[in-house]
Parts: sequence; C-alpha cells; structure tokens
Amino acid sequence: MNTTALILMVTTMLLVTVITAYFFWKVLTIPARPEPDSFTDNNDEK
Amino acid sequence: MSTIKKDAWGSRVGLVLAMAGNAVGLGNFLRFPVQAVENGGGAFIIPYLVCFLLMGIPLLWIEWASGRFGGKHGHHSTPFILHSMNNKSMWKYVGVFGIFTNIAVAAYYCYIESWTMAYVYHSVIGTFDGLKQTEVAAFFGNYIDITSSTTGIPYEAVIFYIFCLLLNTWILSNGLQGVEKVAKIGMPLLIIFGIFLAFKGLTLGTSGATPEHPDASAWEGLNFLWTPQYDSLTNPKVWLAAAGQMFFTLSVGMGTIQCYAAYVRSKDDIALNAVSAGFMNEFVEVVLGSLIVIPIAAGYLGIDWLKENAGFGMAFQTMPYLFEQWGPLLSTLAGVMWFGLLFFAGITSSLAMGTPWMGFMRDEFKFDRKKGAWSFGLITLIMGLPTVFFFQHGVFDEYDYWAGTVALVIFALAETILFAWIFGMDKGWNEINSGGDIKVPNLYRFIIKWITPFLLLFVFIGSLITPENNDWINAISNGWTLDNSSIIKQLTQSGLKEQIAAAVDPIEKQALEARHSHTIFARFMLLGLFIFIAALVNIAYKKRIKEKRFH
Repeated sequence: MNTTALILMVTTMLLVTVITAYFFWKVLTIPARPEPDSFTDNNDEK
Repeated sequence: MSTIKKDAWGSRVGLVLAMAGNAVGLGNFLRFPVQAVENGGGAFIIPYLVCFLLMGIPLLWIEWASGRFGGKHGHHSTPFILHSMNNKSMWKYVGVFGIFTNIAVAAYYCYIESWTMAYVYHSVIGTFDGLKQTEVAAFFGNYIDITSSTTGIPYEAVIFYIFCLLLNTWILSNGLQGVEKVAKIGMPLLIIFGIFLAFKGLTLGTSGATPEHPDASAWEGLNFLWTPQYDSLTNPKVWLAAAGQMFFTLSVGMGTIQCYAAYVRSKDDIALNAVSAGFMNEFVEVVLGSLIVIPIAAGYLGIDWLKENAGFGMAFQTMPYLFEQWGPLLSTLAGVMWFGLLFFAGITSSLAMGTPWMGFMRDEFKFDRKKGAWSFGLITLIMGLPTVFFFQHGVFDEYDYWAGTVALVIFALAETILFAWIFGMDKGWNEINSGGDIKVPNLYRFIIKWITPFLLLFVFIGSLITPENNDWINAISNGWTLDNSSIIKQLTQSGLKEQIAAAVDPIEKQALEARHSHTIFARFMLLGLFIFIAALVNIAYKKRIKEKRFH
C-alpha cells in the first residue's frame, strides 16, 4: 500500500470515527429536557 | 376524539439508533465498495465525502425539520407534511412519493433481506463447506430459481420471503417501540460483527495468495480504493456516482426520515440527532464497509479479478467461498456475522419503510397499529411476489430503478425546493435550529439554499440525459448521444430493444422478449401503486375538508 493511500485512509477513518463518537457521546450525555418531551422512557410514574 | 393510541419514541438514543438503522442498509456494505471500484477507487472517495457534506447532511436537516414541522400539525407522512409547508394542491401529490417509494422498495428489499436469513441458516448447517468458487456462485443461482430447492423445502425462496415479510409486519404492529427495540439490538450487533470482519480484512495482507491467484493481496485492494486521483475531480461521471450513493446510503428522498422526525416535539433537538445518525451511517460505510468486501476479495482473488467482477452479487456468490478459506469454525462464524450483519442492516431499513404508510393510515383513516402494519404487509406482499417469481425476468431490477433510484432523486429535489425556496429559508432555518443542542454553522444556510438544490439538479439532469458510455467530456466536445442507462432511454427501453433486435439465438431472443413483457408488467404494478396512494390522499384531503381538520 503506498504512503499517500495509507495517509488518506487513516486520516479519513480516524476523522469519521472521532466525529461519529463525538456526536453520539453528546447525544448520550446532554441532559433530557423537562417534561413533556418527545420520549416516553423518562415520563414521570403515574 | 380518536381512541387510536399515539405512537412515541421511548428514548433519544433509541430515536438516533433507529434513524441510523434506517440509513444503514445493505448498500453500505455492498453498493458503496462496488461504486468505489467502478469509479476508479481513490477517485471516488473525495467527491463522495464532499457530497456528504454538501448534499447528505443538508438533506438530513431538511427532512428532519420538515418531519418535525408536519408532526406539530398532526401529520406523520409526507403528503400532508408537505401540504402543511405549502397549501398548494400539488405538494400533497408530490408527497405521495414518500409512501409509494417505501412500499415499492420494501417489496424487493425484503427479498434481499430474506436471502440474508437463508444464508445465515446455510452458514450454520455448513452448506458451503468444501465448495469451489463456481459452486458457491451456482448455489445462489439455484436459490433464486424458485423451482429448485437447496434445503428440501419446496419454494424455499418464497417461504423465506414471506417469513421475512411476516417478521417485519409483526414488529411494525408493535409500533415505534418495536422498531426502536430492533434498532437498539441490531445496530450494536451490526457494528460488532462489522468490526470483526473489518479486522480480518485489514490483517489479511498477502496470506490469501494461491498458485491460481499469486498476486492476491488485501493491501492492493485498499491501495486501489484509497489512492487519490485528483484528475478525476473534473469528471462529472464520478461526481454523479458519488452524489447518487448519498441517496442510497442516507435513505434520503424516501419519506422515512420525515415520518420518524414527526414524532419529535418542537422543543427537542433535531440538529444534533440528524448529524449523529448521519455520521453513524458514514462510520459503518466508510470505515467498516470499505474494510470488508474489497480487501477480503482482493486478498484471495486479486485486484484484477475484483475490478472485473465487482457487483452486488459478490455478497452471496463470492463471500461464502472466501470465508471457507478461514477453516471450518471461523468460516461458519464469519458467515453468520456477515449475513447477520446484512440482515440487521436490512431489517432496520425495511421497518422504517413501513412507518409512513402506517402513519398516513392512522392520521387519515384511523387505522390502529395492527391494522396499519398488516395492511402494509399485504400490499408489500402483492407488490413483492412478482419480484420473487420473476426475479430473473427483470421485475426486481425495474422496481429498483424506478422506485429505488429515480423516485428518490425526484422527491429529494422537490422537497429541497419546497423547503429552501417556497417554505423559505428564514422559517426553514428556524425549524432546523429550534431546540437544537448544537448550533448549525451559518454557512449551511447558504449551502441549503444554493448548493444542495444545484447538486440535486445536477444529479437529476445527469441521470436524465447521461451521455453515451458516460463520457461527458466527449459528449460536450463532439455532440450528445444518450446512453442506454439514461432515464430517457430507460423509459423507452432502447437498450433492451437493441438487444432483442441483435439476438440471433432463438432462446436468447425469447428470454429477452420475456424480460421486455415482464418489465412492462412491473411498470404497470408501480404505476398502479402510485395511483392507488394518490387516490387515498385525494380521499383523505376531501375528508379533512369535510371534517374541517385543516389548521
């Protein structure tokens, strides 16, 4: 595998992986909005 | 008051995984590598990534924002979502595409999904043990020939198809919560299976070389894919292929994203959710998708073989043979992982295709989940059986071309014009950013208004009048002759007619004529489906006026 190809492959893959992980981490960690929101799992117990 | 229970997402992560599952499909593993190989390897990657940023991401935001806006007004499918954005009569009929495409694509997509189920079974029972490459390829031919049986079960391809459709229908009858559950299980498993196979692809090196294929090297495959060819950036053919891949990979232009987003409230985020789901799809496609088929095939069969034989069928005709080179235990495991991965990629997408119909029938005709799901299953079965029975006569390909390719581009172009130019960028921009957990860069306001519609127009016109041999430079300088793959020539079936006229062997001529009549039949089915949904939309519209249900 030539050096240019290796650099392009590694850079692209790292970039895509890091950005994917960053956005998903934000989705997981941003606190939920106060009720009523769009999601049922965090609804208050009746 | 309606007694129909309103659907809702369970959690934010479930919504993002379901959206990512909708986007991640068989194309991530099968179409992307083939497109890359057919478009010069490294020549393809840069235009592909540019199209993701300039067309893919903007389309995701447009569809999420349109869906959430429609949902605010009680609409969960595109006919009335688009109508809520502009009340000109035509938009609700443009929105018909957002239900039509899903049913037509689900009809044949479930057939491929059923192959993956069957191949998991065959991998487990060791059907491919000791088979030669030609025998594995022939097995696929036998499988899709519905009169023969590879398991002893008569009409097994039909049985697997119906079973797959029943499974989809049953999950859909549990509403969004069922879809979400499958996404939460399927997506992590898909990624785990993908990482295992990608690791094998990355570490194969030259160990797969044989006297028959002495130059075989996985590195050569990766080299071909990732060596940048900057001169290709001026070739419209490569840009057209890269932009076209965006539709398939992100499932934009279908109406499923709008349907999923219609269940999100205005105060909740869509800006971050959309990019998170979009990048998850890119991770599966660019990182995992590029490290499986190409390096493994090049690692055992060589790069020249790959360039000549790259195609959708490789997944079923070649991969099981290549896994066999890993020994009995690992080959079974790899087979289960590969076809399991394709199955999860498929089912998370096919489930999404059922939701626009269900949303529409619930909103307009008070269908509950079960009635909505089973009616979807029945229509899909009626549309799908011809693709199973007449697969070799081109019905499958005809559906794929008109519903799975052309319709996506038309709908995406129309919805982008509606969003950016008619609904207006001021309102559109507010919709994208409302409740946002990230600030969308202002540059995207310009991109959505100008660049994305231009790219979509380029894709549409490029597909409509594709020049002969896809040679744009020659066509510009020496006169324009349409290629048989252009939409205009496809419409008139020029290529097939030329083949029939040129055929000298009576058997070949008969087969081509049968193909011709079957493709006409397929078009009749597709047109019938579109008219049927448009008629339902018309009835629903009159019903809404009568009941004074417009906001």
